[in-house]
Amino acid sequence: MIIKSLDPRITRAGIDDESKDGIQQPMDQWHTYEVFQQKKRGTHHVHVGSLHAPDAELAVLFAKEQYARRGQCVNLWVVKTSDVFATEYEDEDIFTTTPEKKYREPEVYKVMDRIQAFKAKQNS
Amino acid sequence: MYGNAYVENTGNINSLTAGEDPVKLAEFEARIAAGEKIEPQDWMPKEYRRQLIRMIEQHAHSEIIGSLPEGTWITRAPGFRRKLALMAKVQDEVGHAQLLYSACETLGKSREDMINDLINGKSKYSNIFNYPAETWADSAVIAWLVDAGAIINQLTNSKGSYGPYCRALDRICAEESFHLKYGHDNVVFLATGTPKQRQMVQEALHRWWPPLMHFFGPSDKISQHTETLMKWKVKMASNDDMRQQFLDMYVPKIWDLGLTVPDPNLKKNETTGKWEYTEPDWEEFKRVINGDGPCNKERLAVRRMAEEKGRWVRNAILKKDAQYVAPLA
Repeated sequence: MIIKSLDPRITRAGIDDESKDGIQQPMDQWHTYEVFQQKKRGTHHVHVGSLHAPDAELAVLFAKEQYARRGQCVNLWVVKTSDVFATEYEDEDIFTTTPEKKYREPEVYKVMDRIQAFKAKQNS
Repeated sequence: MYGNAYVENTGNINSLTAGEDPVKLAEFEARIAAGEKIEPQDWMPKEYRRQLIRMIEQHAHSEIIGSLPEGTWITRAPGFRRKLALMAKVQDEVGHAQLLYSACETLGKSREDMINDLINGKSKYSNIFNYPAETWADSAVIAWLVDAGAIINQLTNSKGSYGPYCRALDRICAEESFHLKYGHDNVVFLATGTPKQRQMVQEALHRWWPPLMHFFGPSDKISQHTETLMKWKVKMASNDDMRQQFLDMYVPKIWDLGLTVPDPNLKKNETTGKWEYTEPDWEEFKRVINGDGPCNKERLAVRRMAEEKGRWVRNAILKKDAQYVAPLA
């Protein structure tokens, strides 16, 4: 049956409610890009999500529409998802400073006691 | 725009954690208990993945289908300013669908599969969009109260455990506040206008009240499944709690305008602090959600037409060597 709608445009389109149209094939929605947004000059570009696009130029256009709808953006980057090489969350511990590497932390350098002792000795 | 109607469809599974590695499961649950987010590359229980895919996918479909009852009023909006604002709102909703489809894809379901499941009727979307927007006042009530319900649901879910979904919801909530203000403005304009305008908005409110009461879904069954989903921070609040929050925030605003809702039993019990109401007709809810509502066929048929008519454009600009990779985050 042809769809009869309150919206005259839909009725005019003459759509059959038994239609099997619109079924998607692989790649019908293109491939994905990762989006990086810079909110103001002087700040870092930050990853904000991903989108589908057929090429980089359209990806930038879609990124503007999807991720920068209310100002708060001065610059956008898009990168093909397949071009990103990332670490694994499983290896998260490679980023923790191990206890034996304390010599790289500023707070282990405590010289005041030594200076005070030195001064006391000089004055005695 | 999305209601919390379908989280409880766990079928015949005995346990959500059956067959999972106990050590990995314990680590996973400890991470969530510590308030950390789960990222796409992390190990996760099969049921966690399945429930999230269904939930985010339904949310995405709800945004895209939800733009139809409102979109129908763009050409007939009273005045240029309202037309522009409604176009912006509908664009926002379609944009939200894009963000949510991308978040869902990080869990391993392709966008094409999600669209196919929508148009074949396998995936659900928020039941409220199976009702028609008969007049301009209906579009005002939708923009105010359906979006109000959606904000309650989305703010609640944005505290969940899955990183990509939470991040998408944070962006979405920021845009929804304009929808709410725009909708309220339209309702107030009609409610403080001529007797005819007041009558229009009152009638629209009566039409939309039953689906609004359905919006958050039936009372949750207390079950092991619900407890596990709450522990995994997939489900963040009970349907009844969100319905109470909605009534508490918006019924006083409705009454303030001298408008009524079609439920003589609706009142706040000052002792318990809870709202009392006539139990919504859940038989109607089930009937409509399973396909027999006033607009189910139209919604899916319009979606099919849009996919079909856009296909040649999408194919014309597709690069031959392009390959799909699931988005990172």
